[in-house]
Amino acid sequence: MFPIPFRFRALLLVTLVSACTAPDPGAVFNDPYEENNRVIHAFNKSLDSAFLRPSGGVTASLPDGVTDPIVNFADNAGLPGAVANGVLQANLEGAAINTLRFVLNTTLGVGGLLDPASSIGLTEQDTDFGETLAVWGFDEGAYLEIPVYGPSTERDAAGRLVDLFLDPLGAVGLPAQVKYGPLARVATLAVRRGDYKDTIDGLLYDSADSYSQARLVYLQNRRFELGEAPPAATEIDPFSGDVSLEGFE
Amino acid sequence: MTELTFTRRRVMTLGGASLVALLPLPSFALTNAQAENLVNSAIGEINGVIASGASLNSMIRSFKGIFDRYADTSYLAAYALGNDGRSATNAQKRAFADAFGFYLANKYGRRFNEFAGGRIQFEGTRAVNSYIEVRTTAVLRNQSPVRIDFHVTDRPGRPVFFNLIIEGINMLLAERAEIGAMLDARGGNIDALIRDLT
Repeated sequence: MFPIPFRFRALLLVTLVSACTAPDPGAVFNDPYEENNRVIHAFNKSLDSAFLRPSGGVTASLPDGVTDPIVNFADNAGLPGAVANGVLQANLEGAAINTLRFVLNTTLGVGGLLDPASSIGLTEQDTDFGETLAVWGFDEGAYLEIPVYGPSTERDAAGRLVDLFLDPLGAVGLPAQVKYGPLARVATLAVRRGDYKDTIDGLLYDSADSYSQARLVYLQNRRFELGEAPPAATEIDPFSGDVSLEGFE
Repeated sequence: MTELTFTRRRVMTLGGASLVALLPLPSFALTNAQAENLVNSAIGEINGVIASGASLNSMIRSFKGIFDRYADTSYLAAYALGNDGRSATNAQKRAFADAFGFYLANKYGRRFNEFAGGRIQFEGTRAVNSYIEVRTTAVLRNQSPVRIDFHVTDRPGRPVFFNLIIEGINMLLAERAEIGAMLDARGGNIDALIRDLT
């Protein structure tokens, strides 16, 4: 791990998040880095064509009996981080469910390869430090495309860094979870790419401007996950009179 | 004498008042039950087409028919074209509205198979501004549940859909961005856009 003393890590985080760029009033997207973002988007798209998309084709052809344990293992290895974030968000119910899941799936579920917790209704309460920052009241910041990782925002990128550097799995996980967790997460990316092949192919390769579609889809879906209201500029109402229908009917 | 003087403020107020009178006001005739029935009956028709086992092209023609009957086609087309539509002639606008319907039937119709064998669970219906939002969850085989909100209006005098929000993603907003990008790629030529959409 990158040896940054703990007190400086917190400082780094505060610096990153407080640098979040404020949006232009009235704009649908807060995207001052669009020019750079587009370059990174083109790079990420070429990575997808060369590696991720073909890998997704391979995983899609495998039986679920092969891919499910990998996905389960990766999801389970991410639970200690989700528990920590649940506590930081004061979401004790979510943290408790994820703790039970981790204990059950790590023991009865053979290190997390199986998911007995879901069959008794303990489904994963997905969360991350980006959400923790949102709960703490930090603004979303500008839209960012991150090399290899893809669409993000300034707030989510800061959250991502914290989740990477402060993952509690090392403290509570089995040696095998610590060792193979990252590999399983990469494999899970390929499985998901295969699962959502038509949606992602349509967005990346069939749209006239895949950058603007990816930005729109990421930002709106992320706000939905976090329970944040969409910006007023995206509100559509046929009676608002903001669109002239003359000639269309 | 003063009361007859048209001050700037008075003219503005009068203009404002007449403008408000001209705006189409919601009739409040649309009920939650009507909106939910619309969702049920549209899904029933789509499932019927999927179950028919017809060829893909024939299914897409059927989906276009369903779209024409269930959607506010004029509003969808006008919104998707946005400001780019200002310079279009009425003939171009009507041709675009029809071509846009084909484009949507083709784009989304190809994906409806993913919903085969799934079911829609109603989560609640409420009035938002002047329309009705029907919140549902699509429970699909081998997939996480998908939240789909149907936005229903009675703007044309009958209940119709004018938007879908899938997992927070506003479809009409996404299509406006896409149509704008397609138009840019064709140097702003609406006729070329209409040709390529059909």
